[in-house]
Amino acid sequence: MSATAAGGARTTDERHPERRTEPRTERLPADGHPAAAPRPVPHGEPGAERETVSDTESRIEPEPLAAPARLWPALGAVYRAQLSRARFARIPLLFVATFQSLGIMILMRGVVDGGAEARAVVAGASVLVVAFVALNLLAQYFGQLRASGGLDHFATLPVPAASVVLGAAGAYASFTVPGVVLTAVFGSVLFGLPLGGLWVLVAVVPLAGAALAGLGATLGLSAPRAELATLCGQLGMSAALLLGVLPAGRLPEPVRWLRDLLPSTYGVEALAAALEPVPEWGRVAVDLGVCAAVGLVSLTVATWAYRRAAVR
Amino acid sequence: MKSGTGQAVGSVEAPARAAVRTTDLVKTYPAVRSRRGSPAAPAVRATDGVSLQVRRGEVFGLLGPNGAGKSTLVRQLTGLLRPDSGAVDLLGHDVVRHPERAARLLAYLSQDSSALDELTVSLAIETTARLRGLAPRAARRTRDEVLVELELGALAGRPLNRLSGGQRRLACVGAALAGERPLLVLDEPTTGMDPVARRAVWAAVDRRRERDGCTVLLVTHNVIEAETVLDRVAVLDRGRVIACDTPGGLKALVGDDVRLELVWRDRPPLEVPRIAELRAEATVTGRRWTLRLPPRTARETVTSVTTGPAFAALDDFTLATPSLEDVYLALGGRTEGLVKA
Repeated sequence: MSATAAGGARTTDERHPERRTEPRTERLPADGHPAAAPRPVPHGEPGAERETVSDTESRIEPEPLAAPARLWPALGAVYRAQLSRARFARIPLLFVATFQSLGIMILMRGVVDGGAEARAVVAGASVLVVAFVALNLLAQYFGQLRASGGLDHFATLPVPAASVVLGAAGAYASFTVPGVVLTAVFGSVLFGLPLGGLWVLVAVVPLAGAALAGLGATLGLSAPRAELATLCGQLGMSAALLLGVLPAGRLPEPVRWLRDLLPSTYGVEALAAALEPVPEWGRVAVDLGVCAAVGLVSLTVATWAYRRAAVR
Repeated sequence: MKSGTGQAVGSVEAPARAAVRTTDLVKTYPAVRSRRGSPAAPAVRATDGVSLQVRRGEVFGLLGPNGAGKSTLVRQLTGLLRPDSGAVDLLGHDVVRHPERAARLLAYLSQDSSALDELTVSLAIETTARLRGLAPRAARRTRDEVLVELELGALAGRPLNRLSGGQRRLACVGAALAGERPLLVLDEPTTGMDPVARRAVWAAVDRRRERDGCTVLLVTHNVIEAETVLDRVAVLDRGRVIACDTPGGLKALVGDDVRLELVWRDRPPLEVPRIAELRAEATVTGRRWTLRLPPRTARETVTSVTTGPAFAALDDFTLATPSLEDVYLALGGRTEGLVKA
């Protein structure tokens, strides 16, 4: 059969131990009686044609399984497809996300003069772009995919769950890069902050992106209805907006706890620290570490949610 | 399109191995309690003790109207839905116990295209091939072959959601055919397609069957398509298989009766005695009367309606041998929802 050819010549028994270890008792013939113990009957033996269905089947090896897609190549394929999808359909939304952040900063310019609060506003507005796309839009995407039955497409392909989730999350996070850079540069100029620390965005975008995209994917994949997924995504973004952009010092105590629970907060903190005239890189590193840990947890949960949603 | 309808049915001579075998498959969707705005729904036995055997290399159809349980059955075969009880064997693998193996044995075309909607046709096919385990170069080659095979070249660079329904469906078929699999499960593949696209799809499916010995499981509610492309067909109604045979074998169940359809211009000329007699036997749908008659009576009836005042009132008539729709009706199925096109 040609199934092995689909995976290329590398399909060997070493990679598919199930071919050898397939327990024969798993297969029951149509009549419901357990299959007879396999007998070493050669195919050419006279009288073989007269055997019953179950006898014939008990000595035929199961069809070899085609090689599954491996994690990284599949992740790459999903990433590429999602990025292209985003390019086609989501560019207007990226404009919305960016202009929203620019607008907020211009608004806050009248209230905040500079110093720590200005850094918090610029960092919060920059990470908000990530929240808009990675949390809100990804929650909507997975919510709709689940509701419409689109997950069946991935679930009937031999692709690891992590590839689908990470590929989509990665593509959505990458898609935010131009918006985040524009927001951060514009904000720094607007509030007179040093631009030297902005290179830290190289770490902030993927790590905050991972944390928020994981959260967005989990919300989308767990919501029983697409509208609920959209609602949760919007609420999550509102939380990122209020808790990220408003300087922490001005928030009441319970709201500050909430702020500490939001995955994007540590990305905001790291970026704010990097915008100081003389950044404390140790603190930046700690914040990024927390962000990375949250991202890991969040993506793991999202992968679990995908598996749960894909096979019901 | 192909031979194979003449093969023995229900014979003890088994082929090498069944490609798909289900044993007493049951799936019940639980009752839904009434909520504001949505009425309560009782529990539905969507699959009610289905035992089927699809032979290797055959094109096997599941025919039935919407809600007959075709898609639920297919979702259990593809490992997407766990049955409440019963067994599913795909090419020697227990898919109830190992649902993840299904993806490595079959290619599935679902009714929904939302996973591919915003991709270009070319990228949708290539990505699906990659996710089916193909290396980048092999995926690109497969993509190019499928684009040529289904005559999708002109649409290759356009996103699926900017295409017409039939074109989008064709692109999804392209994605399903990318990467070789011994079993193709196609859920209403030709919905919305023009005849040219349909032909391309069936030619591509046939090629895989002849070249690779592919088995095809086709879900359809199109009786004409079922008659032309299927080797064998299982007729489903309310989650049960009410018949399973070759299309020819099934039609033999109905006997010799032929179907006569009369379409009146305005109103039927009931003043003609023969027409008044026929009215009692006809199924009336607006201006259309459908009659099931022995061939001899049908011939006489045609003669009487094509002469005199009856002919003046007649807009159109068709005389046809039994179709799978007639079989379905004769078996007690509900015919609404079956498509004749």
